[in-house]
Amino acid sequence: MNEQLWTKAIVMGSSAIGAGLAMIAGIGPGIGEGYAVGKACEAIGRQPECKGTVQSTMLLGCAVAETTGIYGFIVALLLMFANPFIGKL
Amino acid sequence: MNHEFTVTGAKVLFEIPVLGGIAITETVVNTWIVMAVIVGLCLFMTSGMQVHCRTKRQIVAEFIVNKVNGMVGENMGEHFLRVGYAPLIATIMGLSALCSLSGMVGLFAPTSDLSTLLAWSLVVFVLITYNKFRAGGPLGYIKGYFQPIPVLLPFNIISEFATPLSMAFRHFGNIASGTVIMGLLRWALGNLSYMIFSKLPGVLGQVFGQIPLLQVGIPAVFSIYFDIFSSLLQAFIFCMLTMMYIGSAAED
Repeated sequence: MNEQLWTKAIVMGSSAIGAGLAMIAGIGPGIGEGYAVGKACEAIGRQPECKGTVQSTMLLGCAVAETTGIYGFIVALLLMFANPFIGKL
Repeated sequence: MNHEFTVTGAKVLFEIPVLGGIAITETVVNTWIVMAVIVGLCLFMTSGMQVHCRTKRQIVAEFIVNKVNGMVGENMGEHFLRVGYAPLIATIMGLSALCSLSGMVGLFAPTSDLSTLLAWSLVVFVLITYNKFRAGGPLGYIKGYFQPIPVLLPFNIISEFATPLSMAFRHFGNIASGTVIMGLLRWALGNLSYMIFSKLPGVLGQVFGQIPLLQVGIPAVFSIYFDIFSSLLQAFIFCMLTMMYIGSAAED
């Protein structure tokens, strides 16, 4: 009984740490999107007549750059709310 | 008030007793509701159409059709416009936007279930493969896997499946993260208002402690980004990527 409790505690604690570590993936998209938006601002400043095209292209690029961060988030979500390891105990 | 914060998937509402029980979840039922709303909107907007448009709803309908036709013609080419890809793109966009926005009226948003998005991206995958076959024939399709050098075959196969998967995960992740963040915010505000207002003296504290006053208004500000903006953006991006992948599949 006690041993089972210990195993469960270790698995749950490790999962929480893993979920936290998975969200480090958020750094990448943050930097990437910031860079993209900065460049888009420069482009609009240089050619204000291209605003619409630049904006829609920037939004599309941002959403694609976001993907890796979303992967990290899905892993974190799985570890927190649908943990596959606890079922294996 | 101090209940735990949990995230649940779609609940199973009932089962169809064929083939060992097909589970009908909230996702399916809510998608039916959204489909009914879309059909109703289409019938309403196209009823009583005239050559010279006199009604507001006909102007809106013509605007939507022109916009989608322009988008498809610009991003995929005139051929796809003639074959009839514009209705498909418009369907995906309308369904995706309304499915995501249905989370705002308290329904379980069908797009925060991965199954929905996997089904949609399966449609996209089939169309990409079909267009590759059509453009280069079976031989050209197989040859495409050995480009630019034959060593890259495994990576080409992986990237073939990664395309629809990443589309599905992107859309799902954005909507689901919005739902989770909004849920966390409401939960935190509820607890915060309990902590603050239960400190009031006497009966006042007992009454106001039970009413989550801080939940009024504040989540709406965040909802503009997490629900409205992100839903519409993801619908737009899913369509743009669909058009781009299908368009580029037909080119080579």
